[in-house]
Parts: sequence; C-alpha cells; structure tokens
Amino acid sequence: MQDLLRRYGIALTWLCIGLTFFWLVILVVLPNFTMLESSFRPYIAQSEIGGPLDFYSLGNYMKIFGNEVDFSFFGYDFKMPVRVKVFYLTIVYSALVTVITFVMSYPLAYYLAKIVSPKSLPTLFLLLFVPLWVSEILRSFAWWIILALKGPLNVILLWLGIIDTEIRWISGFSPVVVGLVYTYVLFMVFPLYNSMQSLDSNQIEAAEDLGSPWWRTHWRVILPHAKPGIASGAVMVFMLSAGSLLVPSLLGSTTSGWFTQTIQGIMMDGQDWNTGAAFAFMLLLVCTIFVSLMMRVFGVKLSDIAK
Amino acid sequence: MGAGIELANVCCDFGKFRAVDHVNVKIRPGEFFSFLGPSGCGKTTILRMISGFIEPTEGVVRIDGQDMKGQRPNQRPTALIFQNLALFPLMPVWENISFGLEVRGVDKVKRRARAEELLALVDLHGAADKMVSQLSGGQKQRVAIARALAVEPSVMLLDEPLSALDLKLRQHMRAELRAIQKRTGVTFIYITHDQGEALAMSDRVGVMSQGKLQQVAAPRDIYNKPANGFVASFVGENNILSGKVKNASGGKADFVTPIGVFEARLVGDKNDQGLKLYVRPEHTLLSPKAKAKNSVPVTIGDVSFEGSFIVVSATSGKGTRLTAELRNDGSATVPAPGTLMHLSFDAANAAILPDTSVTGA
Repeated sequence: MQDLLRRYGIALTWLCIGLTFFWLVILVVLPNFTMLESSFRPYIAQSEIGGPLDFYSLGNYMKIFGNEVDFSFFGYDFKMPVRVKVFYLTIVYSALVTVITFVMSYPLAYYLAKIVSPKSLPTLFLLLFVPLWVSEILRSFAWWIILALKGPLNVILLWLGIIDTEIRWISGFSPVVVGLVYTYVLFMVFPLYNSMQSLDSNQIEAAEDLGSPWWRTHWRVILPHAKPGIASGAVMVFMLSAGSLLVPSLLGSTTSGWFTQTIQGIMMDGQDWNTGAAFAFMLLLVCTIFVSLMMRVFGVKLSDIAK
Repeated sequence: MGAGIELANVCCDFGKFRAVDHVNVKIRPGEFFSFLGPSGCGKTTILRMISGFIEPTEGVVRIDGQDMKGQRPNQRPTALIFQNLALFPLMPVWENISFGLEVRGVDKVKRRARAEELLALVDLHGAADKMVSQLSGGQKQRVAIARALAVEPSVMLLDEPLSALDLKLRQHMRAELRAIQKRTGVTFIYITHDQGEALAMSDRVGVMSQGKLQQVAAPRDIYNKPANGFVASFVGENNILSGKVKNASGGKADFVTPIGVFEARLVGDKNDQGLKLYVRPEHTLLSPKAKAKNSVPVTIGDVSFEGSFIVVSATSGKGTRLTAELRNDGSATVPAPGTLMHLSFDAANAAILPDTSVTGA
C-alpha cells in the first residue's frame, strides 16, 4: 500500500483500489448475493413483499423434487423426480463432453507443443482461432444443419455407402454433446498446450533413450507433467458445458433436457426468479462439489491450476 | 561390458549447413573417449547420431560392429546423459533410476533393490525416496549416471554433464566419472568444450572444428604434438608467428618470421598452406643474455602472478606480442616491466603447423 502510494501518487492509487472494488464487489459479489438472498424468498405478488408471507425458507430449493418419472440406471429401474433426472443427466453429459474434449485435445496439444516446427505454429493457431470469429449461435446452428435429416452428414454417408437410410442425428443427447465439444474444445487445447510446452523435451528423449516405448513416455512423463493443464482445461470445459444454455436449446431435442433450460423456463416462462435463483445456485454448488471431488481423485491441487 | 563404436565417413546436414563432415573414428570397447571442440563444431550432433536421435545424412554408425541404421534410441545399447540431465522431476530418485527397468517389465521389488545398488555405486546412499528437486547439483549428476547405468548400456554418452557444476565439484566429479567408468568397463563417450576435462579424463581425445575431426590422439599427444594450427591454438595457449619455411630436412625446418629465423619441428609438408610457428608459453625461457639459437630480444610488459605460475607478456622490437610462462618454484625471479630480456625456446618444443585440417583424419 505504502509502495503503491509512493509509486503512483494518491489519485492513481485510489483509482486502482476503486476499480478493483467495483469489479469485485459491484460486479461479482453483489449480484450473486442478491440472487442468493432472493433464492430463499417466496415468489409472491409485488404488494405482498415485506408482508407476513415474505419470509426466508428452503421452499424454492425443495421444488426440485416432485413429478416422479421412470429412470433406469445400469439396468435398475426406479422413480426419480424429473428435475433431479435432468440435473443428473446434465452433470453426466457435461462430464462426457469433458472427457471427449480431453481425448481430442491431448494429441493436438502434444503436436502443437512438441512436434510442429515453431515456424508454422502461428498459422496453426490462427486456423484454430478462425472458428471463434463466428458467433456461438451461428456455429451451433451450423451443426444443426450438418446433422439435419437431409443434411450434409447423412448425404455424404449415404453417398459413401456407409449407411442405407438417413439417421436421425438430432435426437437424444448426442447433438448436444457434439455441439458442446465443438464449442469448448479450445478451452481444453490451450491449457494443455501451455503445460506441455513447459515440459523439457530432453525428458521425452531421455525416456526414449532409456528404452521407453512412446505410450509409456506419455503415461509416465508427459501426462503427469501436463496434469495441471488437464485439470484447468477440464474444469473450464465442464463448468461451461453444464452452464451452457444456447447449445442445448439449439441442438437439443424433446428427449434432451439440460438443467439450464429448466432454470430458463422457470425464470423466463414462469417469471419465478426466486426459484430460478435457487436452481441456479444448486447447479453452481453441485458443479463445484463435483469438480473438487474430481480434483481430489486425480490428485490435483487448486494451486496447480492457478499456475 | 563396453562395445566398440565406429563412425565411417559420417556426415550430417541440417538444411544446407553441414554440421558433421566426413568423420571417421573407431572407438575401442571400454575406452573413455572425448570429443573436444568449441560450441557449434558438431560434437553434440555426433553424440545424437550415436544415440539414434539423428540419422546421419551419409556414412555408417556401427556399435559393436552392427550398422545402427534405422534403430531408434530405445533400441540401441546406448544411454545418454543430457547436458541438463533431464531427470524426471515428478518421480522420486529410485523411480528415476529404475525407469529403464520399469520399461523392461522388471517387477517393483527387484527395481527398488537395483536402484539401491546403483545408488551405492554412485555413492549416494539413502536418497532413494527423495525427490529430484531436493538434491544438490552433484547429487543430481550421480542420479543421472545411475539412471543411465541401470539399463546396463554398453556405451554411455555424456553431453557436457559437468558444465552446470561449480569448479570444485566439477573437478571432483571428473575423478568420480573416471572411476565409475573403470569399475563398469562401459565405453564412455564424452562431449565437452572444456579442454581440462577432456585431457584429464580421457584415454583418447578427438578434437573437432567446423564439423571435421582435426585430430584423434591420447591427451598428451594432443597437447604436445598437435596435428595442426587449430588443435594447437584450441588446446592450451600458444605464441603464433607467421612466416615462411626455409631449409626443411629431417622433420625440422628453419622458419623465417619478421622477428627472426627460428628452428622448429615441421609437421606436415613444407608446401602446406598457411604454415605458422607455434610455441607454448611454458616452453619459453626469459634470460638476460641472448641464447645462440631461437632467441629474440623483448621488452617486458605486463606481469601477472597466477599463483603456481607467472604469465609475462613481452613485446619484440617489431611490436610482436609474445607470452612467456614461468613456473613459480618459490625462487623464480619476476622480471620488472620495461626491462629488456631475451625470449628463447627449444627447437623440439616449437612446431610449424598447417593452418587447419589438412590431415583430413
């Protein structure tokens, strides 16, 4: 603080502090707190706010239960509240998206970090970035066209003779998974690239020199080194997927409910912001718990990710 | 046991740049062989060709008589110690050492036992469970050696492994490396730009410059009988005089320089290009009176006291700078700057050498 004052003078110091305060408190803490507060209050008429009906309760949170539907889990059939089911499937498919993006990104990141010549690196990065110049809506919509019943994918597969009749791709969760993977794959590629790039190439050569086949070098040397990158990529992709509304809305079908769509329905269609806030917090909370759990399982510390 | 290595007419190009140029050398089984040269002379490229990370553009690399063409590093009986050691920082010491055995499917108990054995061999008891980052520079060095020895290579390749250590430790590790080599009988190929290291440790030294092998010989012959001007001036210090050969006969010749005519050994042919006279400072003598032969009057300039020896720089009448080195035997008289003395040397200790490699190896 003293150092800051001496270096920048009083005006600039207060500007720095003020902007940080504005960002942290006004843009982050306050809106979240307002939402948290309203999530405990009932959805009542404007005139009744402050009246005897306006008290804190967990009522909004309990609304996730009720409306039981059939659910089968590894062959076991049981009843489950429909919103819990949607919630559960959102987590499961977000995790699946994370795993798929990792499998796709690992070879690409390794190629970029260790194999490709530094000269062609800018071109490759540009090629990776170009799709980002198009808005997310258009990109998701493009996939909707590609996957359509009479769309290019079916036409090509028919022409190649791989399939006999068109496949209805847009059903269930697969188009949502495809769209999410496409949208968020770069959030996995770049942290992975960063962590791999910091690996001393001599270590890869040393492993090979000691007789290691390529897969063991990856398993014992490269993968452990890249773990923090994998973790931060996975956290980003998982959180973004679970929180995505656009992709499931555009590419989803009647059989693929995403929990964000539930929240959106309650907030926009039902105008019940209190319950919507409660559900949004539940999503945040469960995702955070899930992520910390996974980090514990894979032995990653939060400080590793911050690197 | 060590294997012999043969480089036959080996060349290596990087684009248009020829990093290694027709190198021919046979390294004997169990030999400690050093490639010595300035940075960029191609010595590391040679090492990488032997270990298999680079394929030669031309020529053949043979290990134990077998052509190594197409053999990947993990298929060759070599183990490389990297300049930065390249230890695995996320594994404890014993896993680092036994990584090569893990690859070969040795079970954990045996691996651990072997790692302990090797740690004892390199004098690093009780470090098995430490992480690499907890070790000092010299200890890391030992772990790298143990890791390489674990796969029982018949050839060890060392890429300036001592360059990151401080002077004391470096000198200690020299002796240590030499001892380990003798104990194991493995062929050691050592890459360095440090002539002290190469001369002190090696059975033979190959001096390189601009991709060419300039001379292969025992350390004392490299120093005392350099094959050409590059070797003479790269290894140790030299007074170098330009001039012309006169009266060459029986391996000796008179050499006419601007500051006088000197008799010296003639290495190579008197018609070789760029012949110069090389005299080492420690082979010169400073005396108040002129000697009968190979003597030149000089004015003493800077005198620098180095401890075990004294370096005297002197200027001859024509402005040619010469350096003399006097051994400090406790009674050596240090000439005062400005005095007139005579610098002389023995004909047997002076050599007339061609400029660069004409021997072609």
